[in-house]
Amino acid sequence: MLDKFGIAKRIAQELKDGYYVNLGIGIPTLVANYVPKEIEVILQSENGLLGIGPFPFADDVDADLINAGKQTVTTTKGSSFFDSALSFGMIRSGRVDLTVLGAMEVADNGDIANWKIPGKMVKGMGGAMDLVAAAKNIIVAMQHVDKKGNSKLLKKCSLPITGLGCVKKVVTELGVFDITAEGFKLLERAPGISVDYIKEKTEGRLLIVGEIPEMELN
Amino acid sequence: MLTKLVANADEAIRDISDGAVIMLGGFGLCGIPENCIAALVRKGVKDLTCISNNAGVDDFGIGIMLKTRQVKKMISSYVGENAEFERQLLSGELEVELIPQGTLATRCLATGYGMPAIFTPAGVGTEVAEGKEIREFNGKPYLLEHAFDSDFSIVKAWKGDTHGNLIFRATSRNFNPLMAMAGKITIAEVEILVEAGELDPDQIHTPGIFVNRIFEGRNYEKRIEQVTTSLKA
Repeated sequence: MLDKFGIAKRIAQELKDGYYVNLGIGIPTLVANYVPKEIEVILQSENGLLGIGPFPFADDVDADLINAGKQTVTTTKGSSFFDSALSFGMIRSGRVDLTVLGAMEVADNGDIANWKIPGKMVKGMGGAMDLVAAAKNIIVAMQHVDKKGNSKLLKKCSLPITGLGCVKKVVTELGVFDITAEGFKLLERAPGISVDYIKEKTEGRLLIVGEIPEMELN
Repeated sequence: MLTKLVANADEAIRDISDGAVIMLGGFGLCGIPENCIAALVRKGVKDLTCISNNAGVDDFGIGIMLKTRQVKKMISSYVGENAEFERQLLSGELEVELIPQGTLATRCLATGYGMPAIFTPAGVGTEVAEGKEIREFNGKPYLLEHAFDSDFSIVKAWKGDTHGNLIFRATSRNFNPLMAMAGKITIAEVEILVEAGELDPDQIHTPGIFVNRIFEGRNYEKRIEQVTTSLKA
């Protein structure tokens, strides 16, 4: 089973040289720590920064320089700042190659829910609805089951929807899945996890074709 | 002779009254108009509708005005960092309209550009779309979203001049230049105020025509929500 760092590490394998990437709050932010050395990716932060650098040293912390998770960051070589309308212009016009988001629920047709639990929790959608409505490629980083052990990979989302049919791939502590017309297609198992266990923990339609390899993480 | 210069935040917000609709710049606590928020709390105006991406935290930013119950309605995109906000929302004490961040930004832009509405794909198929016109372009559905109609915009810039020209710094720019364009009356508080002519025209982010009142703010706290650092090797 993967921990959150493992999920981030596995998603980092999806990055390609020259990609502009938007990382959501939570596990997706961790993906930045595992970008392969041999490639260059530019991270977009929807609050108005292209080229997010590592966290600053303690003496260099700047209140005016944060990421979308409100964490202090730095800039990389060749970075730029812009306002929020321009930022979402980049997103809506399809300039961002890959978006990595967290989710509370994903359905086997690619619907995603991640902004509200009616009566219990309201965080708001932030930029998620804009991102899912326009991004070319959306990977979701999420927990496969909730605290009670119930599947979060569903036939149909029970929570208010963020976007319809937009998710392309899901990486959980149990495995990697493509969203296909036949549902969640299992591509890889997490270390030590059996196909039967994944079947048991997945409520949505699960497609298993041939032998499923265990994922390789360095 | 342009008379945009005001002495302080209290003078800048002097005619904001109960029930006003106000846009406030900032993303989280980054680039928020601290001086004007403090002045609104001092003035005690109530039943405000605030349009701002976030609602501050419990004891800073717009969060202070929530605590004093001066806000009737919030229009925001993300409120995850504010427990008091969530409490007032879930108990029904506070009216809240949550809208996608890009929609919020682009509705400000539309107002500032003199356009009545925009079409966006964000929110199609969600509860955000309820009751809104949907139109197809090239086979894809888009939501009609209207420009904002607000009484005041309050923004924070790094530098400004006596003509109201503004320059923002790093990611504290965020919604500030958009809201500056969208206010019927726009108030700008700046960290550094200079005489007109001292800023390079090529570097101006918001031309002074959008700004009605400007003053140099005091005692900026510039609080950080999440201080995250790297260790020196």
